[in-house]
Amino acid sequence: MGFLDINNATKSYGSVQVLHEVDIEVEEGEFLVLVGPSGCGKSTLLNMIAGLEEISSGEIAIKGQVMNGVHPSKRNIAMVFQSYALYPNMTVGKNITFGLEMHGVEKSTRDAALGDVAKLLQIEQLLDRKPGQLSGGQRQRVAMGRALVRDPDVFLFDEPLSNLDAKLRVDMRTEIKKLHQKLGTTIVYVTHDQIEALTLSTRIAVMNGGYVQQLGTPKEIYDTPSNLFVASFMGSPSMNLIPVTVRVEGNAVYADTTTGDGSPAALAFAAPSEVLKSYDGKTITLGIRPEAITDPEGADRNSTHIQSVETMVEVTEPAGSDTFVTCTLGGQECIARMRADADVQPGQKMPFTINMEKAVPFDPETENRIA
Amino acid sequence: MAVATQDSAVRTGRATRFVLYTVLLVFALFYLLPLFIMLVNSVKPLGEITGGSMIALPQTWTFEPWAKAWSEAQVGVEATGLRPYFWNSIRMVVPAVLISTILGALNGYVLTKWTFRGATVLFGLMLFSCFIPFQIVLIPMARVLGEIGLAGTTTGLVLVHVVYGIGFSTLYFRNYYAAFPTELVRAAQIDGAGFFQIFWRIMLPSSGPIIVVCVIWQFTNIWNDFLFGASFASGSAAPMTVALNNLVQSSTGVKEYNVHFAGAIMAALPTLLVYIVAGRYFVRGLMAGSVKG
Ligand SMILES: Nc1ncnc2c1ncn2[C@@H]1O[C@H](COP(=O)(O)OP(=O)(O)OP(=O)(O)O)[C@@H](O)[C@H]1O
Ligand SMILES: [Mg+2]
Repeated sequence: MGFLDINNATKSYGSVQVLHEVDIEVEEGEFLVLVGPSGCGKSTLLNMIAGLEEISSGEIAIKGQVMNGVHPSKRNIAMVFQSYALYPNMTVGKNITFGLEMHGVEKSTRDAALGDVAKLLQIEQLLDRKPGQLSGGQRQRVAMGRALVRDPDVFLFDEPLSNLDAKLRVDMRTEIKKLHQKLGTTIVYVTHDQIEALTLSTRIAVMNGGYVQQLGTPKEIYDTPSNLFVASFMGSPSMNLIPVTVRVEGNAVYADTTTGDGSPAALAFAAPSEVLKSYDGKTITLGIRPEAITDPEGADRNSTHIQSVETMVEVTEPAGSDTFVTCTLGGQECIARMRADADVQPGQKMPFTINMEKAVPFDPETENRIA
Repeated sequence: MAVATQDSAVRTGRATRFVLYTVLLVFALFYLLPLFIMLVNSVKPLGEITGGSMIALPQTWTFEPWAKAWSEAQVGVEATGLRPYFWNSIRMVVPAVLISTILGALNGYVLTKWTFRGATVLFGLMLFSCFIPFQIVLIPMARVLGEIGLAGTTTGLVLVHVVYGIGFSTLYFRNYYAAFPTELVRAAQIDGAGFFQIFWRIMLPSSGPIIVVCVIWQFTNIWNDFLFGASFASGSAAPMTVALNNLVQSSTGVKEYNVHFAGAIMAALPTLLVYIVAGRYFVRGLMAGSVKG
């Protein structure tokens, strides 16, 4: 049993079911990120953990205690909202200690706790200001201070960075990560930004349409997405999905496809499973991350399954640290991520090397990964 | 080029402004004229009014009419002046405004932040009460007041005005709180604040502008009401408006216009005062609320 247990929890509004049997166990000190497109039910799940929404069926337990029907203030959780939800009429100091006051903590203890948190978040000089007199980043800090001061069992964050500008968002992201490493608290964090999910989390739950599509470490989610939704949702630019035909030759399995000018190309799978062999002659979808397609010099030296395909460079997009190169494979546009100084010109025909160790086969019908 | 256009822009601006201010001034004078006449005539001896012009400034200044209207004029059976009725009105308007505003705020809070099945229908019904003409409820109201033993009392009048005012005050607060972020209420819930703590500590401190709007509206309506006052609280419990009417209508003796003018100003002063004191906050509050920050 985990620290935070979500057991077959569902949520319905009337006859509409917005969450389907969610089953997640969170260990103490874990940083779980719920990620998914808008309307997939992330906030709903978070609010159910917080006690702001009732659970339609199933149960949620914190530290082994079932929380169904327990008031939010009695769950020993703290939440940081997207809009920060700072009380506009109170000073920063009051905002942070309001929860302690409501829980009947003495003034001297409150002040001591406020001092600690203000120091940790470096907001000591802001304590007498009203929220209206703060910048976005400062408000964000105060909102976190309000959560931290309670020393809760579980922290809940609902898209806390989505109101900040791009630069500040990256800074605050690092800060949250540092804070987590320093304090070792258990965090459930909602975002629709897959980069945030990958950088912050120790585990990710990818959600879509009220279902948890995949639960796993960032590496698992990124390298072995369990279905086409996860594959295309996580990663930017997203995974290339190329239609290929499976051909089994003894122990080797090939993916037959075509290059830009229609000439055939065959890619040998790195470690073909028995299941994959049963697809002999069928068309499947092959998922390849952009960084697994490079120029020959940029190929991963540790990989033993580098395949080369000669095709035409269509577009190059230099993006500072990388250059994105578009080519055509299997009649589909394909994006390759190359080094910034890779020597590629549009219209030029060149060998693209594909790291087949990182290729993931999907069944186009069930959309699931072929294990 | 830029300089030229700016120049002509300033010039046309000046011309338009001149016309605008002249028109505004004329209108202002037009609207101030009645007040001027009332003020001027309330400080003249009666002879100057009946014998001379209404617009002329007084030759002899006297505050006799004010004193008379306040404490000596024949209003009811006894010659008490308007004073007791003024206090009647204060005793009616203060609790009625306070209670209807607080109830409206509570209603708005519940209707937006603690919604329940049928909340919209309930709100619709409350809104409906704003549009029921006074005349329709007179008889049922009189009956109810009689049943509960409040007929002809100031307390009864307070009850009537509270009941009638809740519709409007609820409308104001509900619409104001609908735009109030629900996340704040949720944050407070997680912080452990209860229903009333959230109301007192979070909602009310942020409700300044709408409280002012509601108080101004309720105060002017209740203070100026004549129909309910005349119907439910005649005699010694009558409010200022009814008393003023009695003073002016009294058929005995000569018509003391100067006293009537003084009485009318007295009856109008409290609402004027509320506008002057609260009106500034009213505008300022609305402005502050509209700029997000
Ligand atoms: N009170 C409600 N009544 C009916 N349906 C609701 C209600 N609240 C939310 N929903 C539905 O539940 C689904 C999930 O909503 P939720 O707010 O959890 O989405 P989300 O994943 O947080 O999206 P976003 O990224 O936009 O915040 C949505 O389809 C929404 O329409
Ligand atoms: Mg959401």
